[in-house]
Amino acid sequence: MAAPYDMDDDSVVVIIGTGAGGGTLANELAQKGIAVVALEAGGRHLPDDYVNDEWESFGQLAWTDMRTTSGSWRVAQDFPNLPAWIVKAVGGSTVHWAGASLRIQEHEFRARSTYGDIEGANLLDWPLTLADLEPWYAQAENKMGVTRTNGIPGLPGNNNFKVMKAGADKLGYSECHTGRMAINPEPRDGRASCRQLGFCFQGCKMGAKWSTAYTEIPAGEATGKLEVRENAQVLMIEHDGTGKVSGVVYQDAGGNRQRQAARVVCVAGNSIESPRLLLNSASSMFPDGLANSSGQVGRNYMRHMTGSVYAAFEEPVHMYRGTTMAGIVSDEAKHDPSRGFVGGYEMETVSIGVPFTAAFLNPGAWGRQFTAAMDNYAHLAGMWLVGEDLPQAANAITLSDERDAFDMPAANVHFDDHPNDIAMRKHAYARGTALYESVGATATYPTPPYPSTHNLGTNRMSKKPADGVVDPFGQSHDIANLFVSDGSQFTTSAAENPTLTIVALAIRQADYIEKRMSEKAI
Amino acid sequence: MIKVDSVHALAFTPAPSALRRMSRRELLTCGLAVGTGLIVGPTFIAGSGGAWALELEALSPTSVATLLQMARDVYPHDSFGDELYVAAMKGHEERAVIDTQFKTMLEDGVTQLDQLAVERGSASYLATGWEADRIEILRVIESDPFFQTIRGGLVVGLYNQPAVWALLGYEGASFDKGGYIDRGFDDIAWL
Repeated sequence: MAAPYDMDDDSVVVIIGTGAGGGTLANELAQKGIAVVALEAGGRHLPDDYVNDEWESFGQLAWTDMRTTSGSWRVAQDFPNLPAWIVKAVGGSTVHWAGASLRIQEHEFRARSTYGDIEGANLLDWPLTLADLEPWYAQAENKMGVTRTNGIPGLPGNNNFKVMKAGADKLGYSECHTGRMAINPEPRDGRASCRQLGFCFQGCKMGAKWSTAYTEIPAGEATGKLEVRENAQVLMIEHDGTGKVSGVVYQDAGGNRQRQAARVVCVAGNSIESPRLLLNSASSMFPDGLANSSGQVGRNYMRHMTGSVYAAFEEPVHMYRGTTMAGIVSDEAKHDPSRGFVGGYEMETVSIGVPFTAAFLNPGAWGRQFTAAMDNYAHLAGMWLVGEDLPQAANAITLSDERDAFDMPAANVHFDDHPNDIAMRKHAYARGTALYESVGATATYPTPPYPSTHNLGTNRMSKKPADGVVDPFGQSHDIANLFVSDGSQFTTSAAENPTLTIVALAIRQADYIEKRMSEKAI
Repeated sequence: MIKVDSVHALAFTPAPSALRRMSRRELLTCGLAVGTGLIVGPTFIAGSGGAWALELEALSPTSVATLLQMARDVYPHDSFGDELYVAAMKGHEERAVIDTQFKTMLEDGVTQLDQLAVERGSASYLATGWEADRIEILRVIESDPFFQTIRGGLVVGLYNQPAVWALLGYEGASFDKGGYIDRGFDDIAWL
C-alpha cells in the first residue's frame, strides 16, 4: 500500500504531530516500508516562507490556541494564555528551536536513586539507562549533523559567545565551547551551511539548522509510504470494545470532521497537547482518559529551571549577530548538592531582538529603569540558564473550563516552582552575573523564565504501570497499540535541552514498533 | 470590564505608519502648541513644524495628547521623536472608532489621569510639569486595565518599529544581506 491512504485503512500507523518525535518516527517507519499517516495541526512553512522578524514570525509559527494557566509561576501572571512558546507547523518546534543537541547524563537517568527522595517531588528513575540509549544517540547525532560529533567541527564563536568565553575563563570554568549544535558549519546532507543570520528562533532560512520540516518529512514522503495531512487538528483518539485504539478523529483543512482508522496510534503533540488529547479521549471504558490507569497523564509537567541573564557593557556587543545559542558552559551541569540543590544547569548563550527583549526582559516593567536597559541593547550579552526542575504531581495539564476553536476543552497548565528549582535559579543567576561582571559588565539583568520552550514529562516513562504512562519504548502500559513519541515521555527533565533525546527515542521506538508489528503483537 | 487579551496583544503588529505631513495651509490654521511641542488641532494632533499629523475620528485631540504624554512616561526614551510613540498608539484610535466600550475605557482613563493630577495641584496630567509627579500618578493606576492596555500595546507597538531598532542599534533582518557571517558576527575587539 502506498500513500495517500483511505480513511478506513486500518493497516496504517497514525502519528499525531510532526516535530522532533513525530517527524522522526514518521520517516523512520516509512523507510522501513511501514504505511504512515502523519496528522499535523499546523501548515507547512519552509525556509523560503520564514521571516527574519520576531513578531511576524510568531504570528506565522506559534501555537496560540486557547490555553489557560494557574499556579504561582510568573508566566501565569504575565502571559495567562501563553504557557508555552512552541510551534504549530510541519516540523513542530524543530522549526524554531536553537539547535542545542546534548545527551542526558548517566546519573540523570537515575535521578531518584542519585538525588534521593526529595520532599514534594515525584522523582523516579527512568526505566532505561544512558547505555541503553547510546546507539540511538549516535544515530541521532549523525542524522541531525551535530557539531563536535561525526567529524563535524564546532561552529565559529560569535560576539555573544566571545563574551561568555572570556567570562568563563575568568571564573575558571573549563567546559566552555560553541556547543553541540545541529547546525551545519559546512554544507552537509544536502543542506547549506550557516551564515550567522541570527534568526534561528524564526526558522532557519539557510536550512543549515536541522528541522524535521525539511529533512525527515520530505525523506519519508519520498518513500511513498508516508502521507502528511496538514491543518489536521486531532480532537480525540477512538478505541474498540477490547480497549485497543482503532482510529483518530480530526478536523481537516476544510473544517470537516474526519475519522482515520489506525492499526497503531503514536501521540507526538508536545507535552501540553499530548496529555490533553488523551484526557479528551475519555470514554465509558476509560473514564479518566486513555492510557491513564495510573492517574499520571498530564502530571509531572516540567519546563526546566530556566531564567536568563543579560548584561550591559561599555562597548557594543551586537549579540544578535549570528547563531542564537552556539555557546555553552557545562561546568555547573553536574550534581553537587554542596551548592544547595540537587541536579545541575547548563549556561547557554542566547540572544533576542529588540521586540522580544522589550516583551520578555522583565514582563510588565515600565519606566526609566526598564528603558535604560533597552537603550543598552547594542551593548548587551545574554545567556540562558537551563537546569533540571523536579517533577511534582500537582504541576499538571488538566482540562480547562475554557474551550478551544474546535469546541474541545482547552488545556490548563498548572505550575509552582519547587524549592529546589528556586535555589538552583538563584545560584544560576549569581553565577551568570559573576561571569559577566568578571569581564566588565556595568549592569546585569536577571530575566524570569519565558513562556516554556521546553515542555516535558506529562506522559512519563516508568517501570511500574502505577508510576507512569508508558514503558521504556514509549508504549502505553494500558493499551498495546498506543504510543507516546514526544518529550512528554521524559521521566525527569535533566539539565539538557531535550531535542536530541526525543529524536534518539523516536528512532529506537521505530525499531521497536517494526519488531512488534512483524510479530503481530500490535 | 475590558479584558486584556495578552496573547493577541503579543501578536499585534502595528500597521505601517500612515502619519502624513501637514500642508502649509493646515499649519497656518492649527491650534495651540502643547508642552511637548505638539500641535493640537480641532480634529488632529501634529508634530511641531507639521512633520507629521494624525487625523482623529474617535478620540479628542487633547485625549490623544494626554495618551501620548502617558506613553512617553511609561517607556521614556528622550531621543525618540513623538511620531514613534504616536505610531505605536495609532491602533488604539482605530479601535476606538469601532469599539465604543474600548473608547470609553480610554476616555475614562484620561479623565482619571487628569483628576489625579488636579488632586495633586496641577490643572491636568499634561500640565503636570515634572516627570516624577506624572510617574506617581501612573503608579496609582498601574494595575488597572486602562494602564495595562496602554503599556501592553506599547511594549509591542513601540519596539516593533524599524526606526526604533535603528536608534537602539539593532540591525534587523539579515537573510537578505547574506547574514552576519561577513558583517561583523564576531568582530568584538575590546575583550
